[in-house]
Amino acid sequence: MSKTYTLMRAKQRDRRHLLRGAVAAAGAAMLTGCDRLSNNASFVAVLKSAENLSHAAGRIVAPQSAMAQEFSQADVAPAFRGNGTLDPGDADYVALRNAGFAGYKLTVGGLVDKPAEYTLEQLKAMPARTQITRHDCVEGWSCIGKWKGVQLSAILDQVQPKPEAKFVLFRCYDSMDGPSLDGHDSRYYESIDLEEARHAQTILAYDLNDKTLPIINGAPLRCRVERQLGYKQAKYIRAIELVESFAQVRGGKGGYWEDEGYEWYGGI
Amino acid sequence: MDIEADRIATPAANRADTVGGTSIYRHRLPVRAMHWINVVCMTILLGSGLNIFNAHPTLYWGNDSVTGTPWLSIRGENSAQGPVGKTRLGSTDFDTTGVLGVSTVNGQSSARGFPSWATIPGPQWLAMARHWHLFFAWLFVVNGVLYLLYTIFSKHLVRDLVPTREELKNIGRSIVDHIKFKHPTGAAATRYNVLQSLTYLIVIFVLLPLIVFCGMALSPRIDTVFTGWVDLLGGRQSARSLHFLAAAGLLLFVFIHVFEVIVAGVWNEMRSMITGWYKVPADPAADKASR
Repeated sequence: MSKTYTLMRAKQRDRRHLLRGAVAAAGAAMLTGCDRLSNNASFVAVLKSAENLSHAAGRIVAPQSAMAQEFSQADVAPAFRGNGTLDPGDADYVALRNAGFAGYKLTVGGLVDKPAEYTLEQLKAMPARTQITRHDCVEGWSCIGKWKGVQLSAILDQVQPKPEAKFVLFRCYDSMDGPSLDGHDSRYYESIDLEEARHAQTILAYDLNDKTLPIINGAPLRCRVERQLGYKQAKYIRAIELVESFAQVRGGKGGYWEDEGYEWYGGI
Repeated sequence: MDIEADRIATPAANRADTVGGTSIYRHRLPVRAMHWINVVCMTILLGSGLNIFNAHPTLYWGNDSVTGTPWLSIRGENSAQGPVGKTRLGSTDFDTTGVLGVSTVNGQSSARGFPSWATIPGPQWLAMARHWHLFFAWLFVVNGVLYLLYTIFSKHLVRDLVPTREELKNIGRSIVDHIKFKHPTGAAATRYNVLQSLTYLIVIFVLLPLIVFCGMALSPRIDTVFTGWVDLLGGRQSARSLHFLAAAGLLLFVFIHVFEVIVAGVWNEMRSMITGWYKVPADPAADKASR
């Protein structure tokens, strides 16, 4: 009897070792498998399909008119965090900055009936919107700031997008790989759809926390798209272009970080 | 003799004829399928979630990470002895070199929150981790909603998961049994024990909804559904913290769950969750009586 018992115990032990080995091997295989799948274009396309679901769900539960939460003066962080480019070294930007942005002109063109150029004075002379909102970075941090600027919808009303225009493309001054010497274009760019562009809280901001927009936060002009993550909010805006599609622009994904693999829809 | 599936749901008193050695059909196909889909989802959500955490390895209470109160921070620092991994919980620093803050990736010591063996993908890759996380979050939520509907409409919830008054009264005994690793036999083994049901109810109705709502609170678009609803969770950074803590709670649940499966008889338990069939452990008292 005790012999049978010992045998049974040994068998149980073997099973347990086997099981433990199997679990460890399965775990390691799973992680290696996930890394291989992350480099498989068709698998990643399946994973990325969730973006459309998230975008559609966002539109259903939070309609176009839904406003991002606005906070009180007491909630404003003492210093708004800067992220990404903090001081563009591009020659055209440096020249503008050295002149206190006096010669700055925002050009708005592409698929519009009335292309236009705006100086900072002209933008500041237009009706302004002030909003205290929370900036959410894709990395995970948040920061509350008070923004003042002109609604993008007001600009769009002036330039009159053509019926085929679907997206607003922001072209920025800052080269993400540093200023280019050989024509390599790594300047930041972004795009949003017209629905988001016409939202009441989508503004071109020139003031932050009651002061002129600091360089680290995108001077002289940056976009606020309050219902999307930080990388959608283009800084150092050079030009705005209305396009039907962004497939032919740079990496074709609609933005600098989108070309690096991030979602175009930054609402999640 | 095999006993009908519905037998599971009948009160223990009517199951006096269930004796040891019989096989019963314990878990129905939808429950088994949803259980394993959940295993896949939770594994991937945890791994990809830790990779996302690593992009900003600090958690706060509040809305804003500049003015909020940090309570957990995992970071790498350079020291005279080389890179040191430091984990700060509240205001206490712990040296966690090798695992948290600083760990080895491909033979190279590197600064990262959670180590590469715990994250999906292994390398620090926020964009990819988000694709994994958000795809499986959808699958997880759809699976969870289907489970809830199934559990309500099949009466699995009322019959098997909600403990009876009798069971609640005997909770003390169940605690003692658990401490002694004494597992139910005979008829009692065919029903969830009271601690088990309560744990499942907490997981299903507290932890899982909490983790889903906190995840939604991280979406700037979902935040606009009702102005200020994120404040109910204490603000967006609090929601991020609670999302993390709920994940930790679920991980703790999984550890206990797997431990109990192992001590209760791993082959029998695994078979019952794969094929549905569970071999009822012999009831020593009933055995003696029949002899």
